[in-house]
Amino acid sequence: MELLIKFGHTLAMTVKDVFPVLALLLFFQLVVLRKPIPNWKRVVAGFVFVLVGLALFLDGLETALFPIGKIMARQLSSPEFVFGLKNAPSGAPWHAYAWVYIFGALIGFATTVAEPALIAVCYKANEVSRGALSQWGLRLAVAVGVAIGIGIGTFRIVTGTPLYIYIIAGYVIVVIQTIFAPRDIIALAYDSGGVTTSTVTVPLVAALGLGLSEAIPGRNPALDGFGLIAFASVFPIMTVMGYAQLAHWLELRSLRASRKEK
Amino acid sequence: MAGKSELLVYIVNPLKRFSLNILGACRDLFPIILVILIFQLAVVRLPFPDVLNIFVGLILVILGLALFVVGLEIGLFPIGEAMAEAFARKGSLFWLLLFGFGLGFSTTIAEPALIAVAKEAAVVAAGGKLIGSDPASMGSYALGLRITVAISVGAAILVGLIRILKGWPVQYLIIGGYTAVMIMTAFAPKEIVGVAYDSGGVTTSTVTVPLVTALGVGLASTIRGRNPLVDGFGLIAFASLLPMVFVMGYGLIYFG
Repeated sequence: MELLIKFGHTLAMTVKDVFPVLALLLFFQLVVLRKPIPNWKRVVAGFVFVLVGLALFLDGLETALFPIGKIMARQLSSPEFVFGLKNAPSGAPWHAYAWVYIFGALIGFATTVAEPALIAVCYKANEVSRGALSQWGLRLAVAVGVAIGIGIGTFRIVTGTPLYIYIIAGYVIVVIQTIFAPRDIIALAYDSGGVTTSTVTVPLVAALGLGLSEAIPGRNPALDGFGLIAFASVFPIMTVMGYAQLAHWLELRSLRASRKEK
Repeated sequence: MAGKSELLVYIVNPLKRFSLNILGACRDLFPIILVILIFQLAVVRLPFPDVLNIFVGLILVILGLALFVVGLEIGLFPIGEAMAEAFARKGSLFWLLLFGFGLGFSTTIAEPALIAVAKEAAVVAAGGKLIGSDPASMGSYALGLRITVAISVGAAILVGLIRILKGWPVQYLIIGGYTAVMIMTAFAPKEIVGVAYDSGGVTTSTVTVPLVTALGVGLASTIRGRNPLVDGFGLIAFASLLPMVFVMGYGLIYFG
């Protein structure tokens, strides 16, 4: 019963969030385009599925994964765990926090694989490329990017180096890769950066960032705790372009090999 | 009889797909469960919280993810594409751009993640003595921030749609955006930089992304000479880049 009430509440919140979009769609469809919605019963069923699905998804995450994930993020960065002391010694070497980087990278990878918005984009990319881009390949490439991003992002919090240096270096690499990457993948790679940071990733990653910057002396949670999200949106662009370049290169090589055989 | 076939089309067929999607959802969740389990058992060794609760929660997550994907296939993607096609056929640039702006603005202004970030940003700014620490000035600062982000997302989709229509390469816009971010970072007060960088990430919600993607891809497939893969994507990228520029601009104006 309690679960049901909670679910009703989450569903109401989801509907509230989606309401402006629905109103906009209806207004444009009926007033501006003046056309009935094609297959409207199917579309309505689809919206109901999306809303109920999202509400179930969020509720389930709230009950099963977020509490334990958040406790773990705090635990791993706490001085008791890292040093066995009440307070972290200042000037501790960066590698003392090795478990935090590993946990950050793995949790970044794992949450990205389950991110619904990313599933949507990869689904569409697979359809549009007529199966040439595999959904799984893309999602794994993005997840690896987020893992690298969070790993480096936690390292940045521990060492206290300024955020913008990393982001600007990331941008420079992205620009260079853009010059060499296959033309087809560029727009998709840029998009994959924006969709990674959503329902599943943000709460866990934010908990990790805030816990870490509270535990380390000299860090300001308000200034250093955020910013991990920015890391998670730059690195997937690189890995997706890298993935495309690799696929392109392998294809060329096998083409050459088969020509030689002839 | 007609009633029965309708039932089949709208309820039973999606449910069939739904059961297939359950498998996919299990696979998607597997890594999270594995990571948490390994760290739980091997590294942190916390006492295990209520196992039954976790089990029920996981089943909800799997059902939810599977339902979401069915909803995408039959609801969000088709409506996004149908609208893109209808706008292209109507040939009215004004309404298309207004729709794009409205889609970006309306989905962002009420976004819970953005509300949370804006509140946090007000606390940071008050701590840095950039604004007063009374609720009224913090509230107006946070609201201004939200409106700024919503306008920037609307503007980003508007410009992105123009790009698809004109067939400009996406990298020109993105690299231009990066350059703007770098220049703004050099001048903006440091209390706003972290918030600005994060505001780009929080604006793209789970319902907006499929709609915007379908809109872009639908438009690029309808217009002759555009490739849906090359031209159709990229709207979301711009929508997460432009807020950074606008938020830093907001900081410069508000504090300057």
